Amino acid sequence: MTREAPEAGAEGPRDIAVVAFAQTDHRRTSAELSEVEMLMPVLHEVLEATGLKTADIGFTCSGSSDYLAGRAFSFTMALDGVGAWPPISESHVEMDGAWALYEAWTKLLTGDADTALVYSYGKSSPGSVRDVLTRQLDPYYVAPLWPDSVALAALQAQALIDAGETDEPALAGVAARSRASATANSHAQLSGSVPHGDYLVRPLRRGDCPPIGDGAAAVVLAAGERARELCPRPAWIRGIDHRIEAHGLGVRDLTDSPSTRLAAEKAGAFERPVDTAELHAPFTSQEVILRKALRLDDGVAVNPSGGALAANPVMAAGLIRIGEAAARIHRGESDRALAHATSGPCLQQNLVAVLEGES
Amino acid sequence: MPEVLKAPLVVEFPFTRSLGPVQSAFLTGLRERVVLGVRAGDGRVLVPPVEYDPVTAEEIRDLVEVAPTGTVTTWAWNHAPRRGQPLDTPFAWVLVKLDGADTALLHALDAPGPDAVRTGMRVRVRWAGERVGAITDIACFEPYDGDGAPEPTGHDGVFDDLVTGIVAPARLDYTYSPGRAQSGYIAALAERRTVGERCPSCRKVYVPPRGACPTCGVATAEQVEVGPRGTVTTFCIVNIKARNLDIEVPYVYAHIALDGADLALHGRIAGIPYDRVRMGLRVEAVWTDGARYPDHYRPTGEPDADYDTYKELL
Amino acid sequence: MSKEPVAVVGIGQTKHVAARRDVSIAGLVREAAGRALEDAELTWADIDAVVIGKAPDFFEGVMMPELYLADALGAVGKPMLRVHTAGSVGGSTALVATNLVASRVHGTVLTLAFEKQSESNAMWGLSLPIPFQQPLVAGAGGFFAPHVRAYMRRSGAPDTVGSLVAYKDRRNALKNPYAHLHERDITLEKVQASPMLWDPIRYSETCPSSDGACAMVLTDRAGAARSPRPPAWLLGGAMRSEPTLFAGKDCVSPQAGKDCAADVYRQAGITDPRHEIDAVEMYVPFSWYEPMWLENLGFADEGEGWKLTESGVTELDGDLPVNMSGGVLSTNPIGASGMIRFAEAALQVRGQAGEHQVDRARRVLGHAYGGGSQFFSMWLVGAEPPTS
Repeated sequence: MTREAPEAGAEGPRDIAVVAFAQTDHRRTSAELSEVEMLMPVLHEVLEATGLKTADIGFTCSGSSDYLAGRAFSFTMALDGVGAWPPISESHVEMDGAWALYEAWTKLLTGDADTALVYSYGKSSPGSVRDVLTRQLDPYYVAPLWPDSVALAALQAQALIDAGETDEPALAGVAARSRASATANSHAQLSGSVPHGDYLVRPLRRGDCPPIGDGAAAVVLAAGERARELCPRPAWIRGIDHRIEAHGLGVRDLTDSPSTRLAAEKAGAFERPVDTAELHAPFTSQEVILRKALRLDDGVAVNPSGGALAANPVMAAGLIRIGEAAARIHRGESDRALAHATSGPCLQQNLVAVLEGES
Repeated sequence: MPEVLKAPLVVEFPFTRSLGPVQSAFLTGLRERVVLGVRAGDGRVLVPPVEYDPVTAEEIRDLVEVAPTGTVTTWAWNHAPRRGQPLDTPFAWVLVKLDGADTALLHALDAPGPDAVRTGMRVRVRWAGERVGAITDIACFEPYDGDGAPEPTGHDGVFDDLVTGIVAPARLDYTYSPGRAQSGYIAALAERRTVGERCPSCRKVYVPPRGACPTCGVATAEQVEVGPRGTVTTFCIVNIKARNLDIEVPYVYAHIALDGADLALHGRIAGIPYDRVRMGLRVEAVWTDGARYPDHYRPTGEPDADYDTYKELL
Repeated sequence: MSKEPVAVVGIGQTKHVAARRDVSIAGLVREAAGRALEDAELTWADIDAVVIGKAPDFFEGVMMPELYLADALGAVGKPMLRVHTAGSVGGSTALVATNLVASRVHGTVLTLAFEKQSESNAMWGLSLPIPFQQPLVAGAGGFFAPHVRAYMRRSGAPDTVGSLVAYKDRRNALKNPYAHLHERDITLEKVQASPMLWDPIRYSETCPSSDGACAMVLTDRAGAARSPRPPAWLLGGAMRSEPTLFAGKDCVSPQAGKDCAADVYRQAGITDPRHEIDAVEMYVPFSWYEPMWLENLGFADEGEGWKLTESGVTELDGDLPVNMSGGVLSTNPIGASGMIRFAEAALQVRGQAGEHQVDRARRVLGHAYGGGSQFFSMWLVGAEPPTS
């Protein structure tokens, strides 16, 4: 959210910006690399881009999942890639890295740190991610039925079709546009002309679903003048907020995303139009829902990176949306961008950040 | 570079879940072919019944019976059922709003094909033959033309012999690969050599290598053979038998700094009475045929290492 | 920009037991959260955000269980964060929540940590087989026992110290209605006669496996002013991490622990912790960790911590009481254990610790650690608000 006003007499809240972003090439499998071996190059890349060393970083925060890795405490080994010596101020969320970035943002706001390293990684290749994600569901009534992530998204897509808000050709159009945009993204796993394929779970075809793959991403945040020193055109976080909805699918209106809309409001997204939006919509139908919730019209460049339909490393794909939006600002291709991340079945939890460049 | 290693990793456990009063009543009801909902603060009847109001967060306990018939609110055709799902033939996932309920329940619908399914169609519960008090007591839904379904009996949700828990077995299959550095280490072990990696920055030798120097945060690559002898830096005597370990107790579990390594690895000490193992004991690896790792380490007979030579490795 | 002062105005926990078979996972966390709200005399509508923590998801077999718990914790329509920093997570979770208030992003935050270990088996959860790795020892005791031996060698402590800690903590637990183990017939002889599991660690010197949850309501100055009971004020809080294993790691007294404590003391203006801090609630899963942490946290010189234990300084009526609640040795729902330490520190300075209340506890340290003695989180809370 945008912060509460400080008391009279106190200085205003700090401005915080994304000053560097890196990601791996996203691939179907990375069996030849351990998680730390996959992660380390992107950590080095953001440190080199800013000229910072690990010891210069005020706070480090990461996001990953034990269930994805199939091992308890999996994040502890990834820390090897950071070089946490002398000891560092560090934390970890069992969430997408976008929420690690949120935690780091609050840490910088307190003034305890001026810079933060945020990273996340996910390897979907060792397990079957469709089945792994069933373990997120209500453990009493739903998880025992093993409804996989594609099936749940398909229920949501059908509800959207029934409501007259989209149809299968329109969904195919979302897929085609995403993968066409991804041709400009060398990290993408799936780009160009991709056959839309057969039904995976009807009404969703293979092309409506994200590629399954492995990847990692890292971001450096910095506050105030420090950001200007580290980056020629910092991507200032004007607002960031996240909201969660009820867990039960049958309780929610699956054709809408009120938590996205509320997070966007709190982040100030509706105060002025954005020119770019990076949406974490692993399924084509979810982009339709998010566009509506975020009131994005055709003038907005949606997912110029190709989005999660081009590369969806679970636990990192949300952080990558913030990184991609920031990188567009760094490059001068955007002045005001919205980034979105999601978590949970059928868009249960959503985060929205608004980033701006200075002219 | 050695071939990439892979091995199956199965994560499996029969989780024992206690239910609490509302879920207990619902699942007991299913056993008795009764479907219960719970009345929320705004008067809506939630099916399946949850313990806390999704709007107000208040605890809700007012159980009401609903019909075993209802209407499909959305659906998705699953032509390739996966392990653990309700039916092993193609079926539709459905959200069903049962008659008398205001929210929908997720389950499977047995139908001949996608053309036989539509939003708004009428369905009814097909009960499982053997019911134990679980969501799977509903075998699935089936199309329903309006005849022959029992009406709600006005059940109050109070049962004898309440189901208070469920066992939820869960199995996930992974293919584990340890990555480049550990693959190299494991390949060398096959030749009964212990090979670590040296950090290009701090020059410390890591055994087993993990692909990164954890203090410098840089990749390690230079291979360094260490051992075969080493020093016990510290240890404990294990007196309890672990279910998943085929090792007779008591035995000694030790940290062993192999000569040339800059941190200790872990191993079992044998070839000496367990109560004579001590810090500083000099040991060497003992291999057995076909094993990936040394079976244990045994005393070399050398004089004990001086405390000062290994105290930095503790 | 100065930070907003943060106050603890509500604390709640469950009665910790081996298995809570009467509640769901939601019911368990709800019980602690409800008690914290009740203590603060607030309602769900007063909470701006929820920060939840627990140890590995495999313990309950629910991936990212905060998604399912959103309804039970009144988080619908609100921000919800999930922290996981291994054994230190309960402490880290409270500190993440603290930052939401200190940064003025939110006014009032509910933080909660839990573990319902009876849904599976802690030994299973901690020892999932990993291909290509040689299984040598099971459970945390085997992992930490060699470090205890190293401490004994380094400090020259007599081997009776561990049993003194266990005897003290179990007696303290008798005064705490929420503690899991209530061994009413405990004697020092019984502790000393208990079997050696991982020599030098005896059965009675290990922690139990518990179902339990702990929750706190954190708020800003305005919230504290409305608090019906005395708040506990945050005087300093920090997290530090170092790698799991590395060349030169001091497993007995990890640098990350020393640095973390130093940061907390700097924030709170503490220069002589032994005399300026009134009591300590620290994470002692195996009895010997009391003297080890006393040194690591700067309450004793290196090699001298055991003397404080042996001379009774750390007893409930001693000069520096340690683990007034009975500690992890008496209660261990893993993910919640760190938060229970933090909450006990806050209870003490609020004067609400009941029978295990320390007289004139004005400044109390809460401490948690996890992983391979690598993740540390600590807070120092006081009866008076911070002065700077």
